Amino acid sequence: MNHLPQAWGRPRDEVYGAYDHSHLQTSGPTQHTQQPIVTGTSVIAAKFKDGVVIAADNLASYGSLARFTDVKRLRKFNSEVVVGFGGDVSDMQYLDRLLNSLDIQENYSSSEDSLNAKNLHTYLAKVMYKRRSEFNPLWNHLLIAGLDADAKPFLASADLLGTTFSAPTLATGFGSALAQPILRRTLPDEEAVAGVDKEAAVKLIKECMKVLFYRDARSLDKYSIAIITKDGVELKENEKLENQSWAFAETIRGYGTQVN
Amino acid sequence: MTSIGTGYDLSNSVFSPDGRNFQVEYAVKAVESGGTAIGIRCKDGVVLALEKLITSKLLKPEANKRISTVDRNMGVVSSGLLPDGRHFVSRARDEAASWRQMYKGPIPTSALANRMGSYVQAYTLYSSVRPFGVTAIVGGWDAEVEVPVDGQVGSGPATGSGGKKDGAKHGGPFLYMIEPSGLYWGYYGAATGKGRQIAKSELEKLNLADGELSLEEGVKEAARIIYVAHDDNKDKEFELELTWISSLSGPTKGRHEEVPKELREEAEKLAKASLDDDKMDE
Repeated sequence: MNHLPQAWGRPRDEVYGAYDHSHLQTSGPTQHTQQPIVTGTSVIAAKFKDGVVIAADNLASYGSLARFTDVKRLRKFNSEVVVGFGGDVSDMQYLDRLLNSLDIQENYSSSEDSLNAKNLHTYLAKVMYKRRSEFNPLWNHLLIAGLDADAKPFLASADLLGTTFSAPTLATGFGSALAQPILRRTLPDEEAVAGVDKEAAVKLIKECMKVLFYRDARSLDKYSIAIITKDGVELKENEKLENQSWAFAETIRGYGTQVN
Repeated sequence: MTSIGTGYDLSNSVFSPDGRNFQVEYAVKAVESGGTAIGIRCKDGVVLALEKLITSKLLKPEANKRISTVDRNMGVVSSGLLPDGRHFVSRARDEAASWRQMYKGPIPTSALANRMGSYVQAYTLYSSVRPFGVTAIVGGWDAEVEVPVDGQVGSGPATGSGGKKDGAKHGGPFLYMIEPSGLYWGYYGAATGKGRQIAKSELEKLNLADGELSLEEGVKEAARIIYVAHDDNKDKEFELELTWISSLSGPTKGRHEEVPKELREEAEKLAKASLDDDKMDE
């Protein structure tokens, strides 16, 4: 299966045959988003006993070109929610502004509790579903990480079709193939969450970011990471992969352009 | 009242022969019977305070807040007709939101005052509407540092031309008062409502133009002035409402918020104590 954002939400070629692009009009009265343009790759996240860790690299690709290298794809909503955006960057900016105006409206009444991660996930999933129903989807795969109403760790996703999914570990894009199996080794189910502390979860996520950089051609070694606990959000936006080296590549033989 | 019986006060869009719009003057009368509202522009922030008159013992104490937040960094307090005040705030929020839509950043306090001034003034021009029965005080803190554009994802190239002037001063505390005529000025200290005369003379004693008063002192002065302006014998009971906006490095981080309960109660205690001192002197 093709993991690239261009293929998200489309019928699978191996099942239905190649997509007939003549259905996509090249002229006509209304043109909605039919493909993403500038895209971000995987977002990965894992719950631990006191909160959630979420990470995404700082790259925005223009097709296969590494176009922007300082794009921050984790957005802090308030002191208990962070949203991670995979997919189209301009749609991410739209959603960021939408969340900004939502936050302003929430602050008009000071007495009520602020929106928690669960509230925000419900809201965003509905926004995504509404837009797909208008045949004008926001080409993103979102991870919403934070705390729910009982201050328990909360992690869930919403994609461009409005599909929601929740698990102790989540990954979007290529990460769903590359990082998810590694994450599940440590966190196979909800019970396992209680046995993982912050340090272990951060280490696990950092390891996955490294694997993603080695194997995903649309990734970068600079990334953002956020840790959400009861104490608030700890967001670092200019992290560099540690102990990363291509030295091993020299010894690999059998494919590529080497002669021997 | 010279206007009564002349017929020149019956319609909004009609001048009297000596160049007055009586409907606007009647609106000002509505404001003059409202609870006192004040705003103080301090060195490092703005304080808004209101003498909220209790109209019924059946109302829940400290509920039904009257000072409202516009965007994140501005507050509005008004005196006069309550529903007019709420409509004013609603319009101010819409203006702030539409500014964000257009410019991808927060509206400067001066621009909001300008837009609201124009809006209120439009209600003095047509016979089909009446003027606003409120005088509103708008306080805000415009960011002193460069804030990211809404939806900004990166900082762009680290090298190359920037076009920014170094050392230029931006932002700070701002205070405006908008009257039913649409007239608005920027103030160091503003007061409206029933006790405005006393409040204004108290504000003048603070030498606000020097820019020396700190925000915390401002909160205490605001509480004291509301208590001084309140006439115990004539008026109903009241609740003190206090909000503030500090610099980004201050207690509210550039946001408009209620003054924390402890500080408000301390300010109220000091206000009552200073009133008692004054009585002893007499």
